[in-house]
Amino acid sequence: MGLIFRIRKKFGFLFKWFFKKDRMKIGIYGPPNAGKTTLANRILRDWTGDVMGSVSNVPHETRRARLREGVRIEVDGKSVTLDIVDTPGLATKIDFHEFLKYGLPEEEAKRRAKEATEGVIEAIKWLDDLDGVLLVMDSTEDPFTQVNVTIVGNIEARGLPLLIVANKIDLPNASPARIKAAFPQHPVVPISALKGLNIDSLYKAIAERFG
Amino acid sequence: MEGVQLNLISKDRLDKMASMEKIRMILDEVKSGKIVVLESGLTPEEEAKLIELTMLEIDHENFVGIEVESYPQKSKGFFDKLFGKSKGRLTVIGPANRLKTLQKRDDLITALVQLGEG
Repeated sequence: MGLIFRIRKKFGFLFKWFFKKDRMKIGIYGPPNAGKTTLANRILRDWTGDVMGSVSNVPHETRRARLREGVRIEVDGKSVTLDIVDTPGLATKIDFHEFLKYGLPEEEAKRRAKEATEGVIEAIKWLDDLDGVLLVMDSTEDPFTQVNVTIVGNIEARGLPLLIVANKIDLPNASPARIKAAFPQHPVVPISALKGLNIDSLYKAIAERFG
Repeated sequence: MEGVQLNLISKDRLDKMASMEKIRMILDEVKSGKIVVLESGLTPEEEAKLIELTMLEIDHENFVGIEVESYPQKSKGFFDKLFGKSKGRLTVIGPANRLKTLQKRDDLITALVQLGEG
């Protein structure tokens, strides 16, 4: 890695602090089916009256990154304007046979698998162009996945602000505490993007973390 | 004899390799059905690059991706953040149809290696 690039990365957070942008570009990241688009839709509905994209229980429903610019969030006198990037779910493997289990015809399953691989590449490329990340985890699942570890590691290496969203707390076996224990160095906000539970706490945390 | 080849790669050897050289070596080994254990692991950027290249090489018939597990980075102090170079930790990588992670904590990875096609 070039010396200049390393210096820029190491001290990037200082430059960001001194020359704070009036708009932050925030990526919504996480594994497939963690609820990224549901969260993006919730945020957009609450602050713009619009939505980001369709959701489904079939993994990799979002296969292209979507950008929504100029979403203004105001909480307790603090405000932040965000450009929000809803990214495809990150994964280390994609097998079209998995989609067949959801009733997709073989050709469509293969097409979805191909698009999903392209979506993962696109999501990784976006990491270089962000000012912060909302990392969405399914709080009913084990948080120690390689996808989560890789995203957290990359955000830490870039010195960017990170907020972990422990989603799906409306489900009976949800355990946001497990996520907090796994990543104690970062703030974790438990929510249900689907039901809107604790969503005000998330907006407060977003305004504090990215504002 | 039926079995799975396990390649344990030392930190010394990894330190001599450039990032892309490491990633290419890992993918070639894994695509040929081997399990690779890296003593010093990969940096977060290398992990992201490995996932990216893996996606480029997935096909429907022979290679559906990788199973990769490493411990999270230990949280660093202020001066480490300023001057420290991010180092990887022990990492296990294998073909997704052969290697399955059973359990993972911040200090333990339990993996199951399957013989033949998973």
